[in-house]
Amino acid sequence: MKKIEAIIKPFKLDDAKEGLAKAGIQGLTVSEVKGFGRQKGHTELYRGAEYVVDFLPKLKLEIVVADDQAEKVVVALQEACQTGKIGDGKIFVLPVEDAVRIRTGEHGDAAVDAG
Amino acid sequence: MLRTRFLAALSVVASASLAAPSLALADEISPALFTANNVWMMLAAALVFVMHLGFAMVESGLTRAKNTTNILFKNTFIICAGILTYFIVGFNLMYPGDFGGFLGFAGFGLSAGFAEGANTPGYAGGGYTYWTDFLFQAMFAATAATIVSGAVAERIKLGSFMIFSAIFVALVYPIAGSWKWGGGFLDAAGFYDFAGSTLVHSVGGWGALMGAMILGPRLGKYAKDGRLMPIPGSSMPLTTVGVFLLWLGWFGFNGGSVLSADPTLTSFTLVTTCLAAASGGIGAMIAYAFVSSKPDLSMALNGILAGLVGITAGADVINPNMAILVGMIAGMLVVGSVLLFDKIKIDDPVGAISVHLTCGIWGTLAVGLFSTNPEHSLLTQAYGVLCYGLFTVVCASAIFLTLKATLGLRVTEEEELEGLDLSEHGMHAYDLAGSPGFMEDGPPGFRATGALAASKLAPSEN
Repeated sequence: MKKIEAIIKPFKLDDAKEGLAKAGIQGLTVSEVKGFGRQKGHTELYRGAEYVVDFLPKLKLEIVVADDQAEKVVVALQEACQTGKIGDGKIFVLPVEDAVRIRTGEHGDAAVDAG
Repeated sequence: MLRTRFLAALSVVASASLAAPSLALADEISPALFTANNVWMMLAAALVFVMHLGFAMVESGLTRAKNTTNILFKNTFIICAGILTYFIVGFNLMYPGDFGGFLGFAGFGLSAGFAEGANTPGYAGGGYTYWTDFLFQAMFAATAATIVSGAVAERIKLGSFMIFSAIFVALVYPIAGSWKWGGGFLDAAGFYDFAGSTLVHSVGGWGALMGAMILGPRLGKYAKDGRLMPIPGSSMPLTTVGVFLLWLGWFGFNGGSVLSADPTLTSFTLVTTCLAAASGGIGAMIAYAFVSSKPDLSMALNGILAGLVGITAGADVINPNMAILVGMIAGMLVVGSVLLFDKIKIDDPVGAISVHLTCGIWGTLAVGLFSTNPEHSLLTQAYGVLCYGLFTVVCASAIFLTLKATLGLRVTEEEELEGLDLSEHGMHAYDLAGSPGFMEDGPPGFRATGALAASKLAPSEN
């Protein structure tokens, strides 16, 4: 199994979800995160003075799938979340040792299988 | 017991060509008119009360979420303490009847309300009863102390602030107020302040200035090299709600200061008040455009308040055209003033000093420039500003410095970083952990210590 972690622009969530659904992916976990990459922070203003916000709001998507599905997910996310501008985010693919579906106790691929 | 404030309003009615005198001698006032006047004055008192909600929202919105409970607690204390101290001493210090012009006291409490004629048209020319008089003035009194609260926010010790504001509202405000509205020496000198640009707003503003200076800026407001580091407020919607509530309350603040429901004068006053508020907002937008290409909502909102404070001294004697000008200049002044105070390292999180002091002074002087009453002069107005400035600066700094030397005025660095909600109250303003329902063993992530709240709270244990 593989876990795909994607850091994306917050307004791209719906596109990402649709892209994943088209690729046959049924579940994902989303969290609100903050960070920066090459985009760095941005400047904000308050009562006449400028300040730099170092950590920008992003969303982190986490999807765990069988090994043969991983590439499909990565492609779907990359296409859905791309604007072409700096700050689009990153996708990471990690190995996963095991997974358990809490309801049934199934292990491995069966636990993450959409069907 | 006649209120000189009422007499002053009457003389304006008589002298200003724009207002037809509808209130004549008390014995000509019909019961119906007396009732109508009194109803308007009670409504005005209720509107001024709403201003305290406005202040609470503005101050919550322009400060950080970790200090919100503390801000709201201070606002809650001030309105309660303000009304009670005004009952005990304030009212009779401010309106002592005949006195030497500097300091008089007509006794504790409200027993005068039971005297014969205290609730008849004879009491105040048919404008209102004794009880309404107290209520309306008590709502005003608490306003002056609330102004200080915003400027000292996020770093002052709660106990010390409570002591300061109780003394300020019980003694400083009413004694200062007696000099004009109580018929004291500034009234005799011809000084004019219709609804309190100086008596309420500058007095509060001077207190705020002293507090902010003695406390010093919040941690993190200035970098080590002295650079200004903005500390953004937690909620622009709350700030906006607060300013609109204050604007609403000002209908009572200025409209009630006519001290009757005189049709012409009351409606005239509401028009000048609204025009100045609107042009204050626009003035601040224009002035801020010279600072930044991106408009700042908090400055525009400060501009509205600036316009309101600015017109307050002369809302009944400044014509609409000039009211727009007074408000516009106030709105521009407030932007410059906020930037200036930031530059000279006087940290005022909500802009209270700029709104209430800077524009309070401007509004008071504006009476000397634009009043339709030829008896008002710039020199006398400046004299009044000076007297109130001296007295309030001396009193406020004496109280603050005494507190600093005894109880301490500022929370510790650690408490300030953690937030006053936890260090002073052991309580968050917003439930950031979610809102768990009833569970036998308490919500997840929380555990009951079994101790009563009276035992010392140790917030860092959470």
